[in-house]
Amino acid sequence: MARIVGIDLGTTNSLVAYMDKGTPRVIAGRHERAMVPSVVALTDNGLIVGDPAKEHLTRNPERTVYSVKRFMGKSLADVQDELAYFPYTLTEKGGVIRIKLGEKTYSPPQISAMILKELKLRAEAFLGESITKAVITVPAYFNDSQRQATKDAGMIAGLEVLRIINEPTAASLAYGLQEKTQGTIAVYDLGGGTFDISILKLKNGIFEVLATNGDTHLGGDDFDHVIADLLLGDIHAQYGLDLSAYPDHMQGLRLEAERAKIRLSEALTTTATLELPDGKGRFTRELTREHLESLCNPLVERTLGPCRLALKDAGLTPNDIDEVVLVGGSTRMPLVRQRVHALFGKQPHCELNPDEVVALGAAVQADILSGGTTDMLLLDVTPLSLGIETMGGVMSSLIRRNTTIPASAKEMFTTYVDGQTGVDIHILQGERELAKDNRSLARFRLKVPPLPAGVPRIEVTFLIDANGILNVMAKDMRTGDTQSIEVKPSYGLSDQEVERMIEDSFKFAADDVSTRKLIEARLDAGALITTTEKSVADGGHLVSPEDVAAIRSALSALTTAKDGNDPRAIRARMADLEQAAKSLTVAMLDDSLKRGLQGKKVSEVT
Amino acid sequence: MDGHTHQHASDRRELQMARSMCWHCQSEVSGEYFCDRCVKVQPVSKELDYFTCFGFPRRLSIDQQQLESKFYELSRAFHPDFYQNKSGEEQTISLGNSAMLNTAYRTLRDPIQRAEYLLDLEAGAVKDIRTTPPADLFEEILELQDTLDEFRASDRTSDAAGALRTRLQSERATLEQRQRDMETQIQRLFGRWDALQDRGEATEQARAERDRILKEMRDILSNRTYVKNIVNDLIATIA
Repeated sequence: MARIVGIDLGTTNSLVAYMDKGTPRVIAGRHERAMVPSVVALTDNGLIVGDPAKEHLTRNPERTVYSVKRFMGKSLADVQDELAYFPYTLTEKGGVIRIKLGEKTYSPPQISAMILKELKLRAEAFLGESITKAVITVPAYFNDSQRQATKDAGMIAGLEVLRIINEPTAASLAYGLQEKTQGTIAVYDLGGGTFDISILKLKNGIFEVLATNGDTHLGGDDFDHVIADLLLGDIHAQYGLDLSAYPDHMQGLRLEAERAKIRLSEALTTTATLELPDGKGRFTRELTREHLESLCNPLVERTLGPCRLALKDAGLTPNDIDEVVLVGGSTRMPLVRQRVHALFGKQPHCELNPDEVVALGAAVQADILSGGTTDMLLLDVTPLSLGIETMGGVMSSLIRRNTTIPASAKEMFTTYVDGQTGVDIHILQGERELAKDNRSLARFRLKVPPLPAGVPRIEVTFLIDANGILNVMAKDMRTGDTQSIEVKPSYGLSDQEVERMIEDSFKFAADDVSTRKLIEARLDAGALITTTEKSVADGGHLVSPEDVAAIRSALSALTTAKDGNDPRAIRARMADLEQAAKSLTVAMLDDSLKRGLQGKKVSEVT
Repeated sequence: MDGHTHQHASDRRELQMARSMCWHCQSEVSGEYFCDRCVKVQPVSKELDYFTCFGFPRRLSIDQQQLESKFYELSRAFHPDFYQNKSGEEQTISLGNSAMLNTAYRTLRDPIQRAEYLLDLEAGAVKDIRTTPPADLFEEILELQDTLDEFRASDRTSDAAGALRTRLQSERATLEQRQRDMETQIQRLFGRWDALQDRGEATEQARAERDRILKEMRDILSNRTYVKNIVNDLIATIA
């Protein structure tokens, strides 16, 4: 069976990991960095991803997308409150957010797919084989639309997503593998944009999730915003300057807020600095950890409610928890550790790198699916109740939250009017009583044979699979016929749209490869031109005037080719130039050797 | 399986499954969840009740440890994680069986759900929801409804509302105690039911006792549901 990799598709950073002879490992890229910033930028040379894209946050904020995970499976109305923080333009089409990058718009799954593709390439380069299958993690509290959007992103990236697993449970797999832990554990996962709490029971290799809760819009980003708002107010008070009119400086401010926050996890005080626009100079401000904590306390407080609810749903008290595990970069904040410690009454664990542990767990799950690990099994739950809208706009719950998945429920439908040929069904997810207060997942029309009222009997099966994703099947109980159901997702891409995006991505991929080749050729040509020009200036006198003329002519030919769009022509002219400059290179080498020998004793040379 | 009662349950399961043939090799499937000949997983029959599915007799007292270890064992047998490399049919069966297993475990794990399920198996659906208060609670519930109405109409910040809230809170405690009492009563019925099952008599007397237990259980379960709904309503109102 082909190798399956594990991917942590994070709000701020993403990672890919694989199983190396029973040990999960993250795959590092250049400079030994395992984390790929979840940033995509549109540059003059095309779309770029990761570290190079991150540099465009301040240079090119309108065309640099970050924190796209916040928009997965969401409509524009869902994120109205935070739009002001994002410098790029969001629109909506068919209930799905679209992000404007230059002339084109992209859905969040398409942007996520670019990040996934970068990880895929990284894994392929490292492992030396083609990667087509993956396990991708999502926040445990992600609803059906958000999970489906993640699966779509995988497909667009050319990955078969064999399993969507929850981040805190993935982390527990990594911990369980390492320590062979038994007992009841709480995983507190505070990432860049999302918060999850999961309570699990570990026994003889079975990881049974008892309850989960969370907030898919609460994470490190929010801490950064709080600090950024403080600095923004200060700058306004001190300079009478409204920085929000300068998107590039706003990004600089956000990044400096993030850095200051990180510094304050180690230090008690730090200085935030920012270059101001319009030559207003440099703004600096002292920040103390105490001040940061007073600002962030309400946010940390918001994580404790879900923790208590999860405990209650699991039928446990904090005393019943044997171990607490911290996951996600934001758990590095001392305040977070203190509050978690206080709530559960025990020192939380953080032996495994909180940035990497989720990806490691995804690799373990991938190994379970490929049949490598057979003694471990994860039994997860659905985070939200699933139901349908009934008379009077009330939600009737079919599968309760924290039900172990796979889970199914059957419901019988009939007609109220003679000859009625369809029944409309509206599927919802959430804990509120009224349909309108819950998340609309999908609507579909059940086909019914025209018969007297009450005679048709259609049994509809709602099945939540091991990915936490809903499948719907219908069966006519009179005839035994099953009918396939065309479900129109309320906040998701249709199958046709995903298909088209997959095709587009292949087109982009072809474009991307040739663009990349061109960029690399231009860079190499630029470097060669610079060094050759320097050589001519420094050592032109060492060779004949004819040689110098030949070099100058090859230089101008390469300069022309470099402005063109053909990487092969650039490479050919580079070879010409290297040939023409050969005599010069040799002459300069001789010269430097000779000079190096002058004034040195024979003993130093030999 | 050496104990008498276990033997009994195992016989019944074999009977229920003996009728089916392996979907894959068409040989007769007897007993367990996998075909003896081709070792393919078999879909758990829709007729199979949850007790039989776990290999338990139809008793109401269940050893939680035993239930859990059987659940883990069957999860390892059915879970989709272990069918990733198998055929599409096997994957579908694994998904259906896992979903069924999870429902069965959830039902049997909780004593109230377990009792409701057994009542359904033995005497048909229990879901006739009570609309009038049980006789012994009649006065009390009517008074509570009045207080709730009064509270809903009141200005929540007023002293009067505060007094009403205090009254409702104490009423809540009383009703919750009542609910617990009923749960204890149900537990007592568990003992009577299990003793009857263990004797395994087919006499007229045994049948009469069986019907009596089931009727009592139905009444208490229905009263409990009624009280539970009232309490939930109360909590939602004063929240």
